[in-house]
Amino acid sequence: MALLQIAEPGESAAPHEHRLAVGIDLGTTNSLVATVRSGMSVVLNDSRGRPLLPSVVSYTANGTVEVGYAAEARQSIDPKNTIVSVKRFMGRGRRDIAHIETLPYDFVDTEGMVKLKTIAGIKSPVEVSAEILKTIRNRAEVSLGGELTGAVITVPAYFDDAQRQATKDAARLAGLNVLRLLNEPTAAAIAYGLDNSSEGIYAVFDLGGGTFDISILRLSKGVFEVMATGGDSALGGDDFDHRIFCWIIEQGKLAPLSLHDARLLQVRAREAKEQLSQHGQAPITVKLGSGEYVDLMLTTEVFTEITRTLVQKTVAPSKKALRDAGLTVAEVRGVVMVGGSTRMPQIQHAVAELFKQEPLNNLDPEKVVALGAAIQANLLAGNRAAGDDWLLLDVIPLSLGLETMGGLVEKVIPRNSTIPIARAQEFTTFKDGQTAMAIHVVQGEREMVADCRSLARFELLGIPPMVAGAARIRVSFQVDADGLLSVTAREQTSGREARIEVKPSYGLGDDEIAGMLKESFSRSGDDAFRRALREAQVEAQRLVEATQSALTADADLLSILERAHIDAALTRLRAMMIGDDRRAIDGAMHALSAATNEFAARRMNQSVQRALAGRNVDQLSL
Amino acid sequence: MTTFDLDFAADHFTLFGLSQAQSLDLESLDNCFRAIQARVHPDKHAHAGSSDQRLAMQWATRVNEAYQTLKSPGGRARYLLQLLGHDPRVDSNTAMPTEFLMKQMELRESVEDARSAADEEALDQIRVHLLGEIKSEYQRLAELIDVSKDYSAAADLVRQLMFQEKLLNEIDDALEAVTA
Repeated sequence: MALLQIAEPGESAAPHEHRLAVGIDLGTTNSLVATVRSGMSVVLNDSRGRPLLPSVVSYTANGTVEVGYAAEARQSIDPKNTIVSVKRFMGRGRRDIAHIETLPYDFVDTEGMVKLKTIAGIKSPVEVSAEILKTIRNRAEVSLGGELTGAVITVPAYFDDAQRQATKDAARLAGLNVLRLLNEPTAAAIAYGLDNSSEGIYAVFDLGGGTFDISILRLSKGVFEVMATGGDSALGGDDFDHRIFCWIIEQGKLAPLSLHDARLLQVRAREAKEQLSQHGQAPITVKLGSGEYVDLMLTTEVFTEITRTLVQKTVAPSKKALRDAGLTVAEVRGVVMVGGSTRMPQIQHAVAELFKQEPLNNLDPEKVVALGAAIQANLLAGNRAAGDDWLLLDVIPLSLGLETMGGLVEKVIPRNSTIPIARAQEFTTFKDGQTAMAIHVVQGEREMVADCRSLARFELLGIPPMVAGAARIRVSFQVDADGLLSVTAREQTSGREARIEVKPSYGLGDDEIAGMLKESFSRSGDDAFRRALREAQVEAQRLVEATQSALTADADLLSILERAHIDAALTRLRAMMIGDDRRAIDGAMHALSAATNEFAARRMNQSVQRALAGRNVDQLSL
Repeated sequence: MTTFDLDFAADHFTLFGLSQAQSLDLESLDNCFRAIQARVHPDKHAHAGSSDQRLAMQWATRVNEAYQTLKSPGGRARYLLQLLGHDPRVDSNTAMPTEFLMKQMELRESVEDARSAADEEALDQIRVHLLGEIKSEYQRLAELIDVSKDYSAAADLVRQLMFQEKLLNEIDDALEAVTA
């Protein structure tokens, strides 16, 4: 085994050593990181013992970037360069953002995802989020004493493809290996379900700082099956703060506010909201920069009144999710409350009334998502322990479709389909000799393209010229276990794969990401080459281990010749991975993968047959 | 080697070890589905080689597709009739008995009335009524396919049921609009 000892300090080399994996809750208001330690999921605190990291990034004049509490402290000093609630901008265009006129930032007028002009240059929300993730990653690595194998990052269940992609891009930019994007309510259900060994139908009501999700899950014999999900990706605690903010301006009859005063009042509004969850009233006294005084008393009654419509906005998606799941309220066994905003009494009341039962609050609503994500990360990193035999089946929240004639949407994959899922749709040309076709991928439930979210535009080139209606173009959608979509297209009659140009409507192109990565490497002095080599070595080691354990388990599925072929590829990869030629390592990995393709297929088939055989025995014994 | 490929290409019923029939034990379908997913799901192969990961994704996709099709009685019937050579062609064949169409039009009108009156309770009532009707029609369908083996009558009934399910979706949309 001497060959395998290529580890650098802090890297795990021994095949069965515990791999460092974390779950990250990248929240609108706060972010958290958790890990599984000695079988227990725990939140990792910062050096001062604080579990939360405020999701605030501040760019300063001297070129440094502050993140978290330090940044939060700067928000009323330098509101323009201090970005709060950046999650609301992820994968979003200008016109998607509510109350944009009240925000203190300089938005750059571009197509697609919004960008912000800061003292440190133009920043995309992806870059701002990456700063938060870098801080989180650093906290985890210091706390765990080594480099992370990977992370599970949570996203609101109701996030569309553009928002998910943006989140994954941010993680890449922060140097994180993303094991999985996990839906927040599903993460909470894992933490809750495993903790309480629950069975039956559960609803997870997740109201965070900026997003609202409702998921209906069936928990049964170690399977967490999401039956339906719904929500509003632009509804959260921020909106409740905003209502208080507006109320203060109205009650105090204030003149138009400066940026500083606006930010100050927003902070006070949030403090008042938090106080109201504990007490029946909250005093708001502020001296503004304009010289005006605010001295008001906000009561629970008034707060409930001014936020009634917001609370109501959580009811319709909840009812819809139940209908989609084919269930009635009476069949729901418990409602798990997630997200700091569920602490508000009016939310607790509304949920109790809607589901006709008291909601469950026994896990910290702010930590439960990170705790669940850590459990999933631990499993995906390969730290499987006895009793970890559970499975998660999630769904896509919004239908995926294509634009057809007249601006109508043809749905290809309906919402609430269990992922991974693939569907194909055939199209034809409508003009003689047509060699190109524009395809527009959209997401949403409405019938008109204009009312759905544009995900990407595809230009299909190289279709052989034929009479109209003769070409058969098959467009295939594949949604992976992260809920991310990829699209391929093929002209059937000629058998030729048509060339595809992807232009993500609200995402970042691969070039842009590559550029940002390069920039961040040069800035931090990180050696991109060495990093890539190390990643290839870790990946190669993983492949060697996986192949070895497969050979140990199922060698009988191979002929002597096939076995010799695999062994040769294995030996070659082992020899390559101690060297520093990344291309040679990649090549040897490809060769080993190719040599094991058939073996993998046989193992999988055998596994399916065993699963079925097991069932038949069960049925017989009934 | 071909035997292995055959597994992947097997029809949905065979995949779950079920016989080709419209009436099936949903609980045993659920159990089979979970048992297979527990083996093939990408999460179970996250730390395996890339061949395994790619296969896991393909298998999980295949199993999800089969489960989605068989789980709903409408999807199951359409699929089964296709296998039996009596594709109901729900997209192209819209011929339906006049009496049935008249009844559906009446129902549709009452949905629209309830929608414009924002009457959630009335919509709920129509929905429950329609659900009951659909349920008993599906029982009749199972008899037509499994017992009397009258596939062309079954195909006609499937087309009617698709029509009714579409109306059910419209009621759901109306409910959404009313409760929003």
